[in-house]
Amino acid sequence: MARSIRVRLNGTEREVQIEDHVLMLEMLRGLGFLGAKLSCDAEVCGACTVLLDGRPVSACTTLALEAEGRRLETIEGLAQEKKGGAAPPKLHPLQQAFIDNFAFQCGYCTPGMIIAAKSLLDEKPRPTPAEVRHWMEGNICRCTGYQTIVDAVLDAAGASGEPR
Amino acid sequence: MLRRFQVHRATTVAEAIELRIQFGDDAAVYAGGTELLLAMKLGVARWPHLIDIKPIAELRGIALNESVLRIGATVTHWDLERDATVARAIPALSALERNVANVRVRAAGTLAGNIIFAEPHADPPTLLMALGARVILAGAKGRRAIPLVEFVTGMYQTALAADEILVAVEVPVATARRAAYVKFQILERPSIGVAIAGDVHDGKFAEAPNIYVGAVDEMPRRVATQTLAGASLRDAGTADALAEAARDAVEPIADLAGTAEYKRHLVGVFARRALAAFAEAA
Ligand SMILES: Cc1cc2nc3c(=O)[nH]c(=O)nc-3n(C[C@H](O)[C@H](O)[C@H](O)COP(=O)(O)OP(=O)(O)OC[C@H]3O[C@@H](n4cnc5c(N)ncnc54)[C@H](O)[C@@H]3O)c2cc1C
Repeated sequence: MARSIRVRLNGTEREVQIEDHVLMLEMLRGLGFLGAKLSCDAEVCGACTVLLDGRPVSACTTLALEAEGRRLETIEGLAQEKKGGAAPPKLHPLQQAFIDNFAFQCGYCTPGMIIAAKSLLDEKPRPTPAEVRHWMEGNICRCTGYQTIVDAVLDAAGASGEPR
Repeated sequence: MLRRFQVHRATTVAEAIELRIQFGDDAAVYAGGTELLLAMKLGVARWPHLIDIKPIAELRGIALNESVLRIGATVTHWDLERDATVARAIPALSALERNVANVRVRAAGTLAGNIIFAEPHADPPTLLMALGARVILAGAKGRRAIPLVEFVTGMYQTALAADEILVAVEVPVATARRAAYVKFQILERPSIGVAIAGDVHDGKFAEAPNIYVGAVDEMPRRVATQTLAGASLRDAGTADALAEAARDAVEPIADLAGTAEYKRHLVGVFARRALAAFAEAA
C-alpha cells in the first residue's frame, strides 16, 4: 500500500510518499540522504543509525512508515549552515571532535558513530568513559581501534558542558 | 529490501484480534520489528500483512499494582532500563535490560517480542522464569494468564494461539525476594545466562530457590534445588552443589558460541557467579 507520511526530517517538515514495505534507509537514500550507510543489514554494526524522536534506531531494519508524525535526524542535519551561504557550515561539536581526535579513517561508520553519540549526549551531556563505551558498543569500526572514538565523544561532551 | 506487504495499525486489542482472525496465517503481529523484519529480509518468513500493535494505548506502560509489576506488551528494553519503578522493584531486571543487545535494538525491541520470538539466546526469559512471571494473552474467547514457564514450549515455540496477542507480562515482586542474573557472551546474543531468585533468612536460602539456566539449551531450564533449602549462600559446598545441579539441568547445543562440552563447563562457572552475585544483592 502506498501512503503519504509527514516527517520532521532534520528540522524540516516534509511529506513523503512511501509503500509499507519500504525500509527507512531506502527512503532516506531515495531522498538523497546518503550519510546513513547499509552495511551488516542486521542491526549489528550501527552504520545506518538515525534518530527517531531522539532514540537511535537501525534504519536498515526499521520501516519508513515508523517516521510518520515523528522527528527523524540524520548526520546531514548536524552542521549549521551559516547565513549568507558562502562560508562553510559550522560543524556540530561531535563532528569537530571526531576531526580533532582523528576518530575515523575510512569514514564508513562515522555518520552512525556520530549520530549514536549525539543521542547519548542529548540524554547524558557528561557521560563517563564507561558509559560512552557501553552506549557505543553496538557501533562497529574496523579502522580506528575505538580509543579515538571514545576520546572524541568525551571531548565533545567537554565542549558542550564544562571544560574537562 | 523487503517483499511487498501491508501494515494494518490496530488501535484496540479487539481490533488486533479481529485482524488476526481475518488474515490468519497471512499476517504476523508487528511490534518493534527487530526480529520480524530481520527474518523477513532473510526470506525465512513472509507475511503479506503485518498487524502493528504499537498504536494500542492499553499495551503501553509499566505499573506496580500491589505485589505485581505489569509490563505492557509494547514496552521496550529501552523503557525498562530507564524505569524507576522497575529499578526499585526488581533491580536485577533493570541491570539485565541495560545489557540486552545494543542501544538501537533496545530502543525498538519490546520485552513481549523477545519472549514470543523464543530465540534460545535471550536474557529476559531466564530471569523472568526464576521470578515466576506470567503472560496475559487476549484472544477471541477472552483473556487468559499463563506462567511463562508453560508459555515458552521450545526453540522459537510458544503456546500463543493463532487468534491471540500478548497483552502484558506480569512479575510478582515479593519484597523479601532478591534476584540475580549473570550472563556471558562473545557474540551479539548471550552464550549463557543464569538467574537466581528466592527468599533468604540469616544468610541462607529460606527454601529451595528458583534457578534457571538460559541460552545454552533449546529454552531456559530449571535447576533442581531441593537440596539447597537452608544452605548457606557463602558456603563453598553450596556453590559446588549448585554448579553440579546446574550442569545436570541442561543439554547444551553446540553453535558459534562454543561446543556442548564447553557450554556445560560455562554453566558450572556461571552458576557459581550467579550465587555470588545473589549473595551480594542487597
Ligand atoms: C542484533 C541483535 C542483538 C540482540 N541481542 C539480544 C541479547 O543480547 N539478549 C536478548 O535477550 N535479546 C537480544 N536480541 C533480541 C531482542 O531482544 C528482540 O529482537 C526484541 O526484543 C524483539 O522485540 P520486537 O518488539 O522487535 O519484536 P518483533 O520483531 O516485532 O516480533 C517478534 C515476534 O513476536 C511476535 N510478537 C511481538 N509482539 C507480540 C504481541 N504483543 N503479541 C503477539 N505476538 C507478538 C511477532 O509476530 C514476531 O513473531 C537481539 C536482537 C538483535 C537484532
